[in-house]
Amino acid sequence: MRDRSTLTLLVAQVLVISLMLSLFGRLFYLQIADGPRYQEAALDIQSRDIVAPALRGLIVDNEGNALATNKAGLMVTADRSVLDKFEDKGVSVLNRVAEVLKLEYQDIYTRTRLCGELASGERNGCWNGNRYQPIPITKDASENQVFTILERSDLFPGIDAKPVSIRSYPSLAGQKATHVLGYLGPITEKNLNNEEGKRYYRNELIGKAGIELLYDEQLRGIPGIKTVIVDRKEIVRQESLNRAPVPGNHLVLNLNAKLQAAVEVELKDAVFRARANGYRGDSGAAIVMDVKTGEVLAMASYPDYDLNIWENGITVNQARDLYSEKSGVPAFSRAIQGEFAPASTFKVISLSAAVDAGYSLKTTYECPAEVQIGDRTFKNFDSNAAGRISMTTAMAISCDSIWYQIAYDEWVRDGGLRPKPSPNDYFFNSAKGYGLGKKTGVDLPSELSGRLPNRQWKLDWYDRNKDFYCNYSEKAKKSQLTPYLIEIARENCLDGDKVRAGDMVNFSIGQGDTLMTPLQLAVAYSALANGGKLMVPKVAKAIVEPSGRVVKEFKPEISGRLPIKKSTLKFLQNSLRAVVTGGTATGAFSGVGVEVSGKTGTGQVFGRNLDGSSKDDTSWFASFAPSKKPEYAVVMMVSQGGFGASTSGVGVRKIYEHIFGTNGRVAIFPNGNPKKLPRIDSSKAELLP
Amino acid sequence: MKISLKAQSKRGFFTGADQILNAAVFLLLLIGIVLVYAATRDWFAANDLDPEYYLKRQIVNVIIGIALAYGTTLIDYRLLRAYTPFVWGFGVLGLVAVLIPGLGSTVNGARSWISFPGGLQFQPAELAKISIIVGMALILSERMAGEDRPSDKQVLQALGVAGLPLILIVAQPDLGTVLIISAAVITMIALSGASLYWVVGLLLAGVVGVYLAIASGEVSEYQLNRLKSFVDPSADLQASGYQLRQARITIGSGGLLGKGLFNGPQTNGRFVPEQQTDFIFTVAGEELGFIGSSFILLLYFIVLMRAFAIARATTDLFGKMVSIGVVAWFSFQIFENIGMTMGLMPMTGVPLLFLSYGGSAMFANMIAIGLLQNVYQRTR
Repeated sequence: MRDRSTLTLLVAQVLVISLMLSLFGRLFYLQIADGPRYQEAALDIQSRDIVAPALRGLIVDNEGNALATNKAGLMVTADRSVLDKFEDKGVSVLNRVAEVLKLEYQDIYTRTRLCGELASGERNGCWNGNRYQPIPITKDASENQVFTILERSDLFPGIDAKPVSIRSYPSLAGQKATHVLGYLGPITEKNLNNEEGKRYYRNELIGKAGIELLYDEQLRGIPGIKTVIVDRKEIVRQESLNRAPVPGNHLVLNLNAKLQAAVEVELKDAVFRARANGYRGDSGAAIVMDVKTGEVLAMASYPDYDLNIWENGITVNQARDLYSEKSGVPAFSRAIQGEFAPASTFKVISLSAAVDAGYSLKTTYECPAEVQIGDRTFKNFDSNAAGRISMTTAMAISCDSIWYQIAYDEWVRDGGLRPKPSPNDYFFNSAKGYGLGKKTGVDLPSELSGRLPNRQWKLDWYDRNKDFYCNYSEKAKKSQLTPYLIEIARENCLDGDKVRAGDMVNFSIGQGDTLMTPLQLAVAYSALANGGKLMVPKVAKAIVEPSGRVVKEFKPEISGRLPIKKSTLKFLQNSLRAVVTGGTATGAFSGVGVEVSGKTGTGQVFGRNLDGSSKDDTSWFASFAPSKKPEYAVVMMVSQGGFGASTSGVGVRKIYEHIFGTNGRVAIFPNGNPKKLPRIDSSKAELLP
Repeated sequence: MKISLKAQSKRGFFTGADQILNAAVFLLLLIGIVLVYAATRDWFAANDLDPEYYLKRQIVNVIIGIALAYGTTLIDYRLLRAYTPFVWGFGVLGLVAVLIPGLGSTVNGARSWISFPGGLQFQPAELAKISIIVGMALILSERMAGEDRPSDKQVLQALGVAGLPLILIVAQPDLGTVLIISAAVITMIALSGASLYWVVGLLLAGVVGVYLAIASGEVSEYQLNRLKSFVDPSADLQASGYQLRQARITIGSGGLLGKGLFNGPQTNGRFVPEQQTDFIFTVAGEELGFIGSSFILLLYFIVLMRAFAIARATTDLFGKMVSIGVVAWFSFQIFENIGMTMGLMPMTGVPLLFLSYGGSAMFANMIAIGLLQNVYQRTR
């Protein structure tokens, strides 16, 4: 018995020893082997980062005038984690808030909803952040309103108010610069997830568009971080880190506030002039560039809007209008995102192509009323014949039929519908050399590249569309089943992958599938003015620290050279001058007071408006001045604006009058545009009441 | 009686006792007082309460506990046999009382406390452990002439002695205590020399019992959730899963040397609920680190090894069975409690011997130590 009892006791003891050893092993694993991981997890649980956003840097124009500043505001916020706990989900509270703030309940409701909570059609003005941030209702409350709310916290649970810095766009010279400056918005989950490799904090505002977006990192500064150790009840027990915010750097733009204001006015005038002349005139863009440096001195897009709506609390209606077609999609920047057929402004490219193909500039060419190509007749713009004329005259009066003939002949030489293995493609190559189909590289987000409809593009297009055109009778809508459209579909199905004679002919006058942005055209015409250098457009001039130290000056940058000889360039410059002295733009520029060279363009647009009417022509004017010693390139485009000269030409003329101070106007740049860095008054970055 | 008491007082609690066992227990009690203080002072001070509230009460608990241990050594444990039925009966009465509405109060889903006027509370299940061990030891140590193992009838009787209080504890329900007592009961029967089929049968019955308890709904959802959160700690991060996760993080973040006494941010922020009672080991883990926590494990190891030595040394079967019952109870409770804080065991509400704040458990533990010393002293 003794033996057995001793044995079982020993077994039990060994068992207990092994239990104790497993505790020891687990302890070792938790504290030593895996200790660092748990220490991090503990820190995660205990510490909270309190973020104090840094004062955002100023954006100033090239004379130091503030375009974007900070101002003190009173922000009223809603805490959804509190409101959602009420039976009515906070409806009664928000109604009371609406009454105090004199706002529409619907606006407050939308502003305090996460975008994902609303149906996709009702998201205008929704909260782009997340549920755990205090959601701003307004940043523009009055002191009285805030007192009312804070005094009766029983009536306003979950509603809080505190002073904040709000971004303000003061419009000192009357300019808006809507699309260039951009605006701020709350951080999104995507930003926080660090997909761009940047460090963000929850309650920061970041640039969402324009310069505010592109130079956000410079402007934003480094937020101050106070890390505190909290307990289970989130009560602060200890402060473990306190880093003061570092204010953001200022940004000096090449933009000039006064010129920008003038350009905005003249663009709007041009749009209204078009409307007065019976055209729809739905939108437009205008750009002033320094031809030698690529500095963007003004860039306007119509329609625009007041940027301050973003920070004052955007209403549902305002937000909807920004993207509605009815109001002309004011959010859309036509200068860099509007792609239109460049029409006759394109002819400088065609002329360069003709020279490459061996056509002489010294001889004359027939400008008939129309050219028959295959079974199609291509008419001159005004259907008139001009007889045998020089290339200069052809440019001045904007003869189309010369280009029809040359483009067709060259197309045939390249093999027509059965192209040679390595076709010359003078027209496509010339267009490419002028920057078609390639972004200019301007320092603004979301620029579009236009379209160069060359052979490769045709192949890609056919790949995407052959199914539709080859099964047209099944896939097309009923309204598309007209005999004309059916015939086009049949042709597209047959040889839509090839550059056809008609495509080439259309291309030669900047029509058909050819698309350019106004900025691309401004770059091309600057190059014609500066001796052939394609400049990268620069909106920003310099980054300057609050102390005044210059961090970076943006130097002019050349992206390429026009593929033409000096003599061709000279010829083009003279021809563009002839457009103004004895051509399509003569009337628009008579008595302007400065020598201007330029080209009109009147682009046909296919497609229909919302009301079913067919679209009016795009009105273009691309130019530079003074002709002998060019300094500025000015381009204006009015969508559905009618004739190039009378709508955009007149608009450009007035812009030159502002720049040079002719015809009784005050010169904006009497001594050329400012090249020296302006002094920046840093105190303007601080909060103004 | 008087004479015998005097004669034995020479080998009192401090003189003739197992000094290694005493020293280990005494160190654990001291560490426990400090840890209870560390677990509560900062939070109480921050909430404008007396930071020494728990400290003072735990000191009183320890003093009473030492007195009880000493008292338990005074009477020869062999004389205790005569009182065993009363000890057992008293324990059962307490367990019945706790189930009477108005007398018993519910904490964490179990009706396991009797409240007395003046804010005093008592947990009868703790003392029931003593009743059961002593009662079973009494029965299992009786031997028929010529027999070297308890008869089946004795085993059945012993099971009856354990069964009634166990059923009453199941009724509370206090799952943790049931598990620990069951472990002790099976160990005692296994080591009593009873036939192997009893042991196998009991283990099977245990498995079936747990299954039935869950299936019949006797195990409350609260307890089931604790089990689930052990199996999958991410399942219920709000309640018990949260607690287990926090406990692991708190211990793990202590590292080798710990954050220093009174300096644990997890402890001071009270991220682990019940950290002065069932989760006291997390305080040691965070503030004293691997070194300090290992030292505590070492002290427990010494206590258990001394208990084994006492059980082995005694020739008296009753003393042996009592010692075995105590060592089994202590082992499982230590393993369950510390294992739970480190994620090795599911969460059940059992306190940690000698360290956790609380009177009832402290008293029961110290009486058990007194029993061990009693057996030790009478072995020579």
